[in-house]
Amino acid sequence: MGPGVREPTTTVTVNGARLVANLDARVTLLDALRDRFGLTGTKKGCDQGTCGSCTVLVDGRRVLSCLTLFAQCDGRQVTTIEGLADHPLRAAFIKHDAFQCGYCTPGQIVSAAALIREGRAGRDEDIREYMSGNLCRCGAYPRILAAIREVASGAHA
Amino acid sequence: MIPAGTAVGRSVVRPDLAAKLSGAAVYGADLPVAGVLHVKLLRSVVAHARIAAVDPAAALEVPGVVAVVTAADLVDLDATWGHYVRDRPIFADGVVRFAGEIVAAVAAETEEAAAAAVTTIEVEYDELPALLDVAAAAAPGAARVHDRAPRPGFACPPGTELGMDNAFYHHGLQHERVAEVDEAGAVVVQHEYIFPAVYQYAMEPHVVVASWEPDGISVHSSCQHPFLVRQELATVFGLPLERVRVRVPFVGGGFGSKSYTKMEPVAVAVARAVGRPVRLVNRVEDAMVTTRRHGMRCRMRTAVRPDGRFVSRQAWIWMDTGAYADNGPTVTMVAGMAAVGPYRWDRVDIDAACVYTHLPPSGSYRGFGAAHLQWVGESQVDEVAALLGIDRLELRLRNLLDRGETLIPGQRPLDADLAGDLREVAKRLDWGGALPAWRGRGISVGVSPAGVSARSAARVELRPDGRVMVLVGSQEIGQGARTVHAQIAAEVLGLGMERVVVLPTDTDHTPYDRSTGASRSTTVAGLAVQRASERLRTALLAAAAEHGGVPVDELTLRDGRISTGKRSWDIAELAAAGPIGADGDASELTGAGPALFWEVCVAGAEVSVDPETGLVEVPRVVTVADVGRAVNPSLVERQDEGCTLQVIGNAFFEEMRFSEDGVLLNDSLLDYRVPTLTDVPAEMICVIVENGDGPGPFGAKGCGEGVFGGLTAALVSAVTDAGVPVRELPMSPDRVWRWIQQTTSDTAPG
Repeated sequence: MGPGVREPTTTVTVNGARLVANLDARVTLLDALRDRFGLTGTKKGCDQGTCGSCTVLVDGRRVLSCLTLFAQCDGRQVTTIEGLADHPLRAAFIKHDAFQCGYCTPGQIVSAAALIREGRAGRDEDIREYMSGNLCRCGAYPRILAAIREVASGAHA
Repeated sequence: MIPAGTAVGRSVVRPDLAAKLSGAAVYGADLPVAGVLHVKLLRSVVAHARIAAVDPAAALEVPGVVAVVTAADLVDLDATWGHYVRDRPIFADGVVRFAGEIVAAVAAETEEAAAAAVTTIEVEYDELPALLDVAAAAAPGAARVHDRAPRPGFACPPGTELGMDNAFYHHGLQHERVAEVDEAGAVVVQHEYIFPAVYQYAMEPHVVVASWEPDGISVHSSCQHPFLVRQELATVFGLPLERVRVRVPFVGGGFGSKSYTKMEPVAVAVARAVGRPVRLVNRVEDAMVTTRRHGMRCRMRTAVRPDGRFVSRQAWIWMDTGAYADNGPTVTMVAGMAAVGPYRWDRVDIDAACVYTHLPPSGSYRGFGAAHLQWVGESQVDEVAALLGIDRLELRLRNLLDRGETLIPGQRPLDADLAGDLREVAKRLDWGGALPAWRGRGISVGVSPAGVSARSAARVELRPDGRVMVLVGSQEIGQGARTVHAQIAAEVLGLGMERVVVLPTDTDHTPYDRSTGASRSTTVAGLAVQRASERLRTALLAAAAEHGGVPVDELTLRDGRISTGKRSWDIAELAAAGPIGADGDASELTGAGPALFWEVCVAGAEVSVDPETGLVEVPRVVTVADVGRAVNPSLVERQDEGCTLQVIGNAFFEEMRFSEDGVLLNDSLLDYRVPTLTDVPAEMICVIVENGDGPGPFGAKGCGEGVFGGLTAALVSAVTDAGVPVRELPMSPDRVWRWIQQTTSDTAPG
């Protein structure tokens, strides 16, 4: 990288692993995860913070990784779809056929996992509202709702 | 319902779902990028202008930038493309014809450097008047968007007439069932209708990774039609087909936006100029000016005798294809066909025109043509029913074509029981039951030509490890093509699904398939898989007969084992010395016209209109998946469900808005709203009809697009039934509210 572009040292814990990198200060968390660390499970959709495909957890909170700079995450804990390998939502999404092309799905699951932990998935109206930032153009919404409802109610166990 | 087979007819879980959840499924943007240059595009900010100057000097100074590529770098090529009309320069060459046209590309070591540099390129435009309205562009004497005679592209059907006017392509349908059509005493309705430009919005943007190598072009692309992309690139870059290789990873949705060629020529052009592999990833604002659904204006006239017998239908249709043809002529043809409606008319007279404007190019989007025209025709049927005092369902049933009757001369006869489908919808809607004020029910019936081409081939191979590999060129874009093809092979070969693997497409190895579109993957590509599997089965039994020294007719093949009754062995043993393969194709489907089958577009809806706000809610939709045979019933339901959501968006709020200078105003998903989880209808009923009457494997025919025609029209019908006549989409609250005010003032006493 040429002069004028800072390359701060950033230390981030991603799915439990400590990662240290000096990246161009303009690199987003999304591009760092995908292109620098090879964690391509998180998808780049609109790249303008409107579709939810790139949703990850930073210190347990849902963020749009396309609008978050990697350097902002220094010292933080990041969880991606790869870090939710054993989450019951994965099996529930398959059981309920809750996706088609699969491009929005990692974001849907990460978002839903946070929703359930936040206790905001108790009623269908809440799931609809709090998941409305995660678009699915294939239109699997009825199945996504069913999968989240099942896991939130503990019925999957 | 037809009883399930061992694999076909069952809602098997798609084998690729788990990989899509773990991140193991590779999409275009997931391909390794080591050594790859990143490309960002500079697009025109004006709709129509001469380019006076392009100055890349500042961009070349940005650290990490390797090259700025423009039309000047392609002067040794005939650098225009287009499968139907070869009208589109890779880079704007002296003139820009829409806001968003590609003027230059930056290739840089990082995406950030490319993005920073592209904004520093200076372009000087001499602006010219822009034609932004389809009617103005089609008017006699209008200035021409293209001043040269149109050149047919490689996929333009021989004999197609392409004219010099902006309305460069017409599809006419004129036929009379009876001589001397008598309209005396007929009830006539005639109006004008408007359909907006909308955006397909696949969640995954277009992605191309391209390299220019000594032995040819190599491309990974998120495309629906890799074999046509190969042909396009070979044509533009002057190479034999065999020196262009296209591979397709998992595709994050298409809906037509990734049909034919889109970003591949510019990516290859940059790779050629810089001599290194490049990656090009569209953002939403790029994708929206890459392709869209045609906006439309239409005038339609319907005449019906007082006894309810349909007499004539006329329509004049103008499809706004934007600055370049893309698939506009095909969309226009299908729109013309959809204007007819599946009824017994004495006379039909349709003219559908494909018109150039200075707006971004339009192409395919799920259900094209039927989405544009079915609601127009069906709303006239509803209007006639009201004028004659005949129930809307009854009027349709009296005039619907029966199976085997001719819809359009020269085309496949009707191959479905539309009356049965329509009655099923009416039953699920409690047709005839009372509704409170501001609620309405709607039904609609139509068909759309599907299948388009019989050019699909497949190869099925038994490998030494006992697995069966299916090579077929249909793309897995979420619809479940790989699952359906695995089910077909498993059924024919008597294998468990876990032993069948459908491979991704590589044009160097995968047998030819025309395209993933027109609802053809199950029906046409699936038939090729079935025929190849049948041949492999025959070959395996013959090999086993020789192997075991017993006659073929004493052998059975089940659960991957061949049995003589006394002893049995796994088919893997037959391939121990090497794979055994067989080929098949769908050439038996070859027939006249684009309709290898008619996709059924029948649906119903119930709506509730809020007269204070104009907001329409949809408590119930009924869709009919008349699929002949449901190879995977769950996937069929998912298609109808997903299409329903897209229709909700298109019917009620989606609309691309352009400034009076032709610049797209709502180029983000905040301003261009698509349906979310809050927009799902309370009750969605999908009725699967299996009459075994499709031309595909096991009597199957395609689905997934018919809902666009059927449900759009049913929603219009329902809103009209609630008291609000509709002649323009989308039925957004502001429009509905205005229509309510107009209707109220029209009917006010005094």
